[in-house]
Amino acid sequence: MTKEDIIAKGTAAYERPVLMNDTPMHYCPGCSHGVVHKLIAEVIAEMGLEENSIGISPVGCGVFIYNYIDIDWQEAAHGRAPALATAIKRLLPDRLVFTYQGDGDCAGIGTNETIHSLNRGENITIIYINNAIYGMTGGQMAPTTLIGQKTVTCPYGRDPKQNGFPLKLTDIAAQLEGTSYVTRQSVHSVAAIRKAKKALRHAFEVSMQGKGSCFVEFVCTCSSGWKMMPEKANKWMEENMFPYYQIGDLKDE
Amino acid sequence: MAKIHGAVVVDTERCKGCNLCVIACPTDAIELTKTEVNHKGYPFCTDPRPEACIGCASCAIVCPDACITVYKLKED
Repeated sequence: MTKEDIIAKGTAAYERPVLMNDTPMHYCPGCSHGVVHKLIAEVIAEMGLEENSIGISPVGCGVFIYNYIDIDWQEAAHGRAPALATAIKRLLPDRLVFTYQGDGDCAGIGTNETIHSLNRGENITIIYINNAIYGMTGGQMAPTTLIGQKTVTCPYGRDPKQNGFPLKLTDIAAQLEGTSYVTRQSVHSVAAIRKAKKALRHAFEVSMQGKGSCFVEFVCTCSSGWKMMPEKANKWMEENMFPYYQIGDLKDE
Repeated sequence: MAKIHGAVVVDTERCKGCNLCVIACPTDAIELTKTEVNHKGYPFCTDPRPEACIGCASCAIVCPDACITVYKLKED
């Protein structure tokens, strides 16, 4: 049986999500952002919310997400995505409103907005990409950088005496009264991606039901920032990130 | 017993040669080009052993650039 026969007679086991357009993504090879983009596009299409979704894109590597997923988008000032999402959700309560933020945007400059919008229990979903580094600006230390991890601004490794400790924003979110579903996922393997997709769908459903805020963290790699090949970055993440940022649901009410 | 055939179609111009699909493939059906590159200068994913493909779509699921389409055919 030739390849042409299989394509002609068979069914598609996997296609590019219908909501993803033809624009090639600008991310570095092996970047986890692409996988999370695909999950968002798939989940929104499966829920039939193509015409009723509004995403808020961040400042950071993920800023051009509005070029890649064919739904409505708004671009927020750096770190202010949850504030914009609050406004949109209050004005248009029947829409699925979510933000897509990196660790610099969500846990660095925007910690205030993030924590307060979650504490108010706005019915939005915050998608938080944690790769423990500032990727877009060239690999500087982020609030989430692990102890001992080398970046261009801490070339001898992060020292807690000087730089403090890595911020577990997801654990803080789980403590807040306003949140309904808080989870930490990763996208490094097929099994992890399947689980992450379920978690993302659950988060979108919960925020559409008006039960409170949802916070979905994705522990991701930044192969350029970490200066590793994508394969090694995935291994490094499993060995170093997962013990500190433990995968799983932190809160599901 | 029914045999499952799979086929992988790669959008080679979109591929950035990150190698994650090759690692994810359980049957070793795909690999990166060794000498050829696309217009961006990246080596890209090819299927030198198409008969090994079982259509599990692992490569497509892990692909960060959404450049792989997988077809599956069940033969009775």
